[in-house]
Amino acid sequence: MLKIEGIQTFYGNIQALHDVSIEINEGEIITLIGANGAGKSTTLMSISGVEQARHGKIIFEGQDITHMDPDKIVQLGIIQVPEGRRIFPFLTVAENLDMGAFLRNNKEEIKRDIDYVYSLFPLLKERRSQAGGTLSGGEQQMLAISRALMAKPKLLLLDEPSLGLAPIIVQQIMNIIKKINTEQKTTIFLVEQNANLALKLADRGYVMETGKVTLNDTAKNLRENDAVKKAYLGI
Amino acid sequence: MDLQYFFELFVGGLTKGSIYALIALGYTMVYGIIKLINFAHGEIYMIGAFTALIIASALSFTGMNPVLIFLISTILAIIFSASYGVTMEKIAYKPLRGSQRLSGLISAIGMSMFLQNYVLLAQTSDFLPFPNLIPEFKFLEPVKSLISPSGFIILVTTAIVMILLTYLIKFTKTGKAMRATSQDPKMSQLLGINISKVITMTFIIGSSTAALGGVLISTHIGQLNFYIGFITGIKAFVAAVLGGIGSIPGAVLGSFVLAWTESFGTGYISSDYEDVFAFLFLIIILIFRPSGILGRPENKKV
Repeated sequence: MLKIEGIQTFYGNIQALHDVSIEINEGEIITLIGANGAGKSTTLMSISGVEQARHGKIIFEGQDITHMDPDKIVQLGIIQVPEGRRIFPFLTVAENLDMGAFLRNNKEEIKRDIDYVYSLFPLLKERRSQAGGTLSGGEQQMLAISRALMAKPKLLLLDEPSLGLAPIIVQQIMNIIKKINTEQKTTIFLVEQNANLALKLADRGYVMETGKVTLNDTAKNLRENDAVKKAYLGI
Repeated sequence: MDLQYFFELFVGGLTKGSIYALIALGYTMVYGIIKLINFAHGEIYMIGAFTALIIASALSFTGMNPVLIFLISTILAIIFSASYGVTMEKIAYKPLRGSQRLSGLISAIGMSMFLQNYVLLAQTSDFLPFPNLIPEFKFLEPVKSLISPSGFIILVTTAIVMILLTYLIKFTKTGKAMRATSQDPKMSQLLGINISKVITMTFIIGSSTAALGGVLISTHIGQLNFYIGFITGIKAFVAAVLGGIGSIPGAVLGSFVLAWTESFGTGYISSDYEDVFAFLFLIIILIFRPSGILGRPENKKV
């Protein structure tokens, strides 16, 4: 579905990604784990077209999207929930969801999807006329995922959804991600520092260090890999 | 106290505030989206007035109904100025997007000087008379000393524009996208909002209302020259800052507060100090509310 072939992304003269190659098949949950500053978020921003790769190729469903504008990429069905959730603080919860559906026009379908995300997170329905900035961290993460779902993603990119949340909320979010994957058949690319959690949820995983992919295997094998255990699982 | 005099000053301030508001909207909306003080915005207002004058003068030879001439020249002035605004953004601001804020500001000042001198060369430095196209309204007869027909048109038009704009910003998809972009441009992109289109839209709206203000004030005062955009532009900018730059209700509120300060200050104290009142008031407000009356304090994440 998505094929990243040796991309190199730069911030000015500083190279953030060195020859990163990742492949994601339809219906999978793939995780990308690594320490702070390894280039995980940059990889996502390169896919979304916000930080375009200087070399290499990104192919989505047979189409080269490496140098496409971000809004065109969203139109193809790749939606990102960025790090830090980035809820519009002065828009209401309902308006935030409307923005997720920005490129869609079928009012009935949009209405149905709003009902669907409200069924996933009933709390959001209660707070729909509240400003996004007044929600707690966990609620904002729920809203961020819901907003992305409103765009009808084929491939959902999630950047550190567990960051700064209480363990019980993290578990709830992870369950929802699994549910979206099975119920909506949405392919998921999950970037996480919490490797333990990510490798439990994912089918396959990639490990990233200082801008390079150093390992890739099934999630099960990665969980048992000694290097991964030592570096990321704290065992 | 002379009540009649008080109301004259009040209505005078209201009219002036309406014009400030029509211009201040452009400053505040552009700032809200691209964090740029568009110093050439006053020139758009001036170009709007000039366009209307040229078209109105040309049409007056046809013997057309003055009201119709007024409508046609206003609409054409709006279209013309909006295309100036959009072109200005593409030439002077878009290439500088993502660079330091100061570069955009300098580019804006350059654009302002360029447009002023361009009109000065293409037209003239003299004050030109603007034809009176507004008819007498019968129902204004009892309050004739308070409000003129053109003043009445200014108030009504501004009220309609404000209502339409509120609707646009609050309820339409475009309006929501504009608000989203001003709060977090990068996130807006990730949801498929085309930032360039939102910016173009902002310049179209801002330039249109400024042009409308230019046409209205010229019919009201009856004359114009290439320099009218400068001082009125600065005043509208002060109004936008006063109300809280980036905030649309703030710009409107700031405009009326500023206009009333000027109006009552000149009426009761001295007409020599009109600009002093305006800027003194700005300083006082900014001491107590640094982000303006309705402005949001900038949140710095540490």
